[in-house]
Amino acid sequence: MREAYGRALAEYGAINPRVVALDADTSSSTLSNFFEKRFPDRFFNFGIAEPCMIDAAAGFALGGLIPFANAFAALVALRALEQVRTCICYARLNVKIAASYAGVSDFKDGPTHHAITDIAVMRSLPGMTVVVPADGNEAASFVPLIAEYDGPVYFRLNRAATQPVSRPGEMPVIGKGIMRRTGKDVTIMACGAMAGRSLQAAELLAQKGIDARVLEIHTIKPLDKELIILAALETGAVVTAEEHTIIGGLGSAIVEVLGEELPVPLLRVGINDTFARTGPDPDSVMDACGLGISDIVKAALSVIKRKLY
Amino acid sequence: MTSYDDSTVTELRQMANRLRISSLKMIYQRQAGHPGGSLSAADIMAVLYFQVLRIDPKQPGWEERDRFILSKGHASSLLYSALAGRGFFPLPDLDHWGELDCHLQGHPDRLKTPGVDMTSGILGHGIAVGSGLALAARVLRKSYRVYVLLGDGECQGGIVWEGVNTCAKYKLSNLTAIVDYNDVQLDGPVHEIMPMEPFDDKWRSFRWNVIKIDGHDIVQILNAFEQARQVTDKPTVVIARTIKGKGVSFMENKAHWHGIAPDKEQYEAALLELQKDDK
Ligand SMILES: Cc1ncc(C[n+]2csc(CCOP(=O)(O)OP(=O)(O)O)c2C)c(N)n1
Repeated sequence: MREAYGRALAEYGAINPRVVALDADTSSSTLSNFFEKRFPDRFFNFGIAEPCMIDAAAGFALGGLIPFANAFAALVALRALEQVRTCICYARLNVKIAASYAGVSDFKDGPTHHAITDIAVMRSLPGMTVVVPADGNEAASFVPLIAEYDGPVYFRLNRAATQPVSRPGEMPVIGKGIMRRTGKDVTIMACGAMAGRSLQAAELLAQKGIDARVLEIHTIKPLDKELIILAALETGAVVTAEEHTIIGGLGSAIVEVLGEELPVPLLRVGINDTFARTGPDPDSVMDACGLGISDIVKAALSVIKRKLY
Repeated sequence: MTSYDDSTVTELRQMANRLRISSLKMIYQRQAGHPGGSLSAADIMAVLYFQVLRIDPKQPGWEERDRFILSKGHASSLLYSALAGRGFFPLPDLDHWGELDCHLQGHPDRLKTPGVDMTSGILGHGIAVGSGLALAARVLRKSYRVYVLLGDGECQGGIVWEGVNTCAKYKLSNLTAIVDYNDVQLDGPVHEIMPMEPFDDKWRSFRWNVIKIDGHDIVQILNAFEQARQVTDKPTVVIARTIKGKGVSFMENKAHWHGIAPDKEQYEAALLELQKDDK
């Protein structure tokens, strides 16, 4: 996913001279270096100083530019959080945070480098928009949309390649979920890498005679309430799936909406209030920390038993 | 070096005194605010807002304007007094500071108050934010300058030095930082709480141009900004030696007066002292 993003940012840079890219000594990891190679005068490296990069991004936005601030999600959403809150959200500055290596996608570096609390934190900030693309193609499609969107965006990117779910040429819309699979028995609502896994889970459920709908909710905030409520109404049971702690992320956001609007049986698939662990590849780390396809299937089977109608 | 005529200097001195009176009145009326650090920076702010900054109160969003970031955002009453004095909003607004429907927030809010270039209040951000703003001028080929006012206690925070490093790397000669060096912070003297000396050496070793002045001497302040404008290959810091609570004898050099409002008697005594200076 990071490569698709990096290339898309560089390509978009050619169209929009107001875009600048910032990084914090991770440009060959986030792949903002594609942008750097093409536009050295519009690329700024702040060294290992994420808070300064975020503050400076606020300054660039004050000056009328559109900064994409690139860094590891774990670092921008934790170490630089006060900067994000005060200088970007409260000051309402048009900064795009490209938060790479999110979730457990930095499998080999372990829990220090995982970002499993970032969605919770970012979506709690007034004025912040949170977008989590599901695959490389979608990440690339979002770049121009995010650049041209008015206001701060937290763009959560995976280091790893994820199971593709989008079709080439498809145009996502910020704030609008996507029906990835129709179904009437249960709805799986997922974001990021878990969207592809949810589609695979739906196939397994189909073999068991269960018709699962899959919604990809790429924008965690503002949430597509209508699509979520409609799916809950039509299928009567919901499973949420995210590469994030079950506290405060996509699942929580959906529970907040359905709890108020249309309570239905619901189970959350996510990391169960624990740190993940190091592993040989992203998939095995995900499988080991409760994000397996089988975990989604199990949740769906169990939530269907509790259906009210 | 430009020489400034006596009337300019006298006017700026009077303006500084008026900013002191106005700040104190605001703090007294609201029974909240930060007198010490507002009084210490009044001369610097008078020179900036009434002589140095290229700004236009009729167009607060003018793209070519010089930018000012009050990194020590707790001196908001001083900034608001200067902005109102320059006509960014009506002077009577100052009497409503902190009321629920007043645009004047506890700390500066760029979205609410005309003329406030950047939201502040959490210490440490000004230079880092200013670095981005100064770099944006370079990218967009604009000639504005960026001024950042910070406290000496504020400089204890690491983010300040991340910003200082960045300004040096990019040789941001269009950015000038001013440190209101009053050696008093919230809990006590800076040299006891967390010593910052050798202070000017720190900046110099970060490859900044350093100018040390008496921060209550209008001519020295004017000259410092003039000198900073001549430098083309590095950012400048003006280390302004000041007295916290300057102008009100019982507030001077006292951490006690960092963040509390005077009562009626104290306020009247303070006014008397400041008005005596207003000649
Ligand atoms: C990061 C941060 N920590 C603590 C505070 C609370 N605070 C406000 S002013 C202040 C002391 C500031 O001292 P100094 O920078 O020397 O300012 P001055 O003496 O000029 O008022 C403190 C601790 C804050 N606003 N921001």
